[in-house]
Amino acid sequence: MKNDPIHQFQITDLLPLEVGGYNVSFTNSALFMVLTVLLSSAFLIMSTSGRGLIPTRLQSISEMTYEFVANMLRDSAGSEGMKFFPLVFSLFVFILIGNLFGMFPYFFTITSHIIVTAALALLVIGIVIVYGFWKHGLGFLKLFVPSGVPPVLAVIIVPIEVLSFISRPLSLSVRLFANMLAGHITLKVFAGFIVSLSALGIGGVIGSILPLAFTVALTALEFLVAFLQAYVFAILTCMYLNDAIHPSH
Amino acid sequence: MEPEAAKLIGAGIAAIGMGAAAIGVGNLFGQFLSGALRNPSAAQGQFTNLIFGFAVTEALGIFSLLISLLLIFAV
Repeated sequence: MKNDPIHQFQITDLLPLEVGGYNVSFTNSALFMVLTVLLSSAFLIMSTSGRGLIPTRLQSISEMTYEFVANMLRDSAGSEGMKFFPLVFSLFVFILIGNLFGMFPYFFTITSHIIVTAALALLVIGIVIVYGFWKHGLGFLKLFVPSGVPPVLAVIIVPIEVLSFISRPLSLSVRLFANMLAGHITLKVFAGFIVSLSALGIGGVIGSILPLAFTVALTALEFLVAFLQAYVFAILTCMYLNDAIHPSH
Repeated sequence: MEPEAAKLIGAGIAAIGMGAAAIGVGNLFGQFLSGALRNPSAAQGQFTNLIFGFAVTEALGIFSLLISLLLIFAV
């Protein structure tokens, strides 16, 4: 089933390897994660190695990325949040490059698998919980009690806040994964319309102009979504870190 | 009813949730624009809140899409 829209997400073993009964093969997913890390590191290291006072084009791209993430973190978590800058910047660049890599035909989209996004989301929530308790002790639990709530209402509000905190890693990971999955399936389905219509003869070839135009428009939309989801993931990370730094709101 | 048919009907019903999320997202951006046109100087500062609201609203639509995809392909 080559025309199956789900086929593109299949994980294949490139270097089969088994250690102690566990399958730790080097898969195409791992290959594209390595490529993502290599590309982003190489770009950032090479573009900033000149350190010119007047930046070159590549240097200004990396400086703009830096400023973009730094402003995002400073606006939502304050200047104390800047100690988390390496985490947020790495997450943003990793997800952005991973999403954009997936836009190339025949390339694998690492963020379209929930195991990858769930690992990233659990890392963020784990850091929030550990840092919150380490910095504020039990005062971190004030996060669940909004200030100025009368005790009668707190009985209802606190379980809702706890539930919303628990659902954060779920929504953070599922949002990114489902957006990339749904976008790529939609692209593949519309591309499948072109193939099946043009098999009908000359009338079908003319009719397939419409799905072709749709596919081009959807590809442009997917580039927007790729950036937007990386941005959303980073900004939500900043907001959750803000909760860990300033728990009483 | 055939189990296969029930599965596909369920997938269709689950996708209704996406329409509801679409109403939410449209409402969100519409309200933002109407506010931003009244006071354009304050609009830039609310961009983060806009994206946050968009992310939270959109997630619910994506959840229902996920349920219907799971029903079609995984169950």
